[in-house]
Amino acid sequence: MTFHSKKLLTIVTESVLEGQLVEDIRRLGAHGYTVCDARGGGTHGVQGGAWSFDANIRIDVVCDEAVAGAIAERCRSRYLPHYGMIVYVSEVGVLRPEKF
Amino acid sequence: MTLDPVVLFFLLGLAAALARSDLKLPPALYETLSVFLLIAIGLKGGVALAKLGSATVLWQALLVIGLSALLALVAFGVLRLRLARPDAAATAAHYGSVSVVTFAVASSYLTRQGISYEPQLTVFLAVMEMPALIVGVVLARLGAQGQVAWGRLAHEVLLGKSMVLLLGGLLIGYLAGPEGMKSLSPLYVDLFKPVLSLFLLEMGLVTAGKLAGLRAQGVFVALFALLTPPVFAVVGALTGQGMGLSTGGVMLLATLCASSSYIAAPAAMRIAVPEANPAVSLAASLGVTFPFNLLVGIPLYAWLARTLTA
Repeated sequence: MTFHSKKLLTIVTESVLEGQLVEDIRRLGAHGYTVCDARGGGTHGVQGGAWSFDANIRIDVVCDEAVAGAIAERCRSRYLPHYGMIVYVSEVGVLRPEKF
Repeated sequence: MTLDPVVLFFLLGLAAALARSDLKLPPALYETLSVFLLIAIGLKGGVALAKLGSATVLWQALLVIGLSALLALVAFGVLRLRLARPDAAATAAHYGSVSVVTFAVASSYLTRQGISYEPQLTVFLAVMEMPALIVGVVLARLGAQGQVAWGRLAHEVLLGKSMVLLLGGLLIGYLAGPEGMKSLSPLYVDLFKPVLSLFLLEMGLVTAGKLAGLRAQGVFVALFALLTPPVFAVVGALTGQGMGLSTGGVMLLATLCASSSYIAAPAAMRIAVPEANPAVSLAASLGVTFPFNLLVGIPLYAWLARTLTA
């Protein structure tokens, strides 16, 4: 089995940003994304997940390096200064590279 | 007088969370309950509106829209004494806007006392949500760079869940009339208070969380959150009296002015005024003002309304 190398960009942030982020992700060239509700804690306190102001999401995007870089840059300039957000990227292998 | 049992549910949630119980309602249930409450309030108002002309309602609605924008401006002026502009603006938006749940508890209080109120109060509830949010965003932007995505904000507020369900419920109730409502009333009328009690249980749990964050915000924010409701209630009650509303109507308008938003406003302010710290406005609105209105405010505003309309 051959795996093709891609980037997995993961964003964990406040759920109110979902609409804007999905728009950005689409516009910057990603072919798809996955959003999950998330709970957790960190420098912004504990996010229990029940209310809009208390809920986090995790967005996963599998894409190539250029798109991952563009989305990460958008997050850095637009959202990171004021929102609770972490962004990280990892190497993944996919079966069908043309999908991403 | 004994406390309304629905308020006891709020206290139960509060106590459970403060005692670190593992009690937690699933988020999907909270969502469902809030959908139910919004539809039920809308339907009730719509059915009553069907029996009423709409010309007076229109100018009264315009008046309360102006009133809630004015309240946000006053709140901003006071908050600006101590807070940074974005925090003052975002918090002011919360206080100019209204709380659906506080309205629901107040109307349940009136029903328990056998006091009726005008159907247009439900229309006021719907139209008083938004103006203060716009005022808040404008106030925050006056002193800062960066543009506002007005389209996104308008979409968020006008097509937000609470607006669609409340106005949708009003319209359906209006079209259905008392006859058409008969088949719906076992769920939306008879079960209103039991559902409200479950929702308030969740509110108690969430309030406890925000109460803990209040200490970090200092005395000024706590005093603001405690003193604003009765002052705004007096303004609301006098306005209601001036409009010629009944005792129940005056009491509910006072409650609307006294209440502060903690569902629509936090989400809208987070998007439109990102530099404001949401912990400040939530600690005030949810940690202090909401429980104050529930436990002390509502009976107080009822007394005020009775005195003014006597």
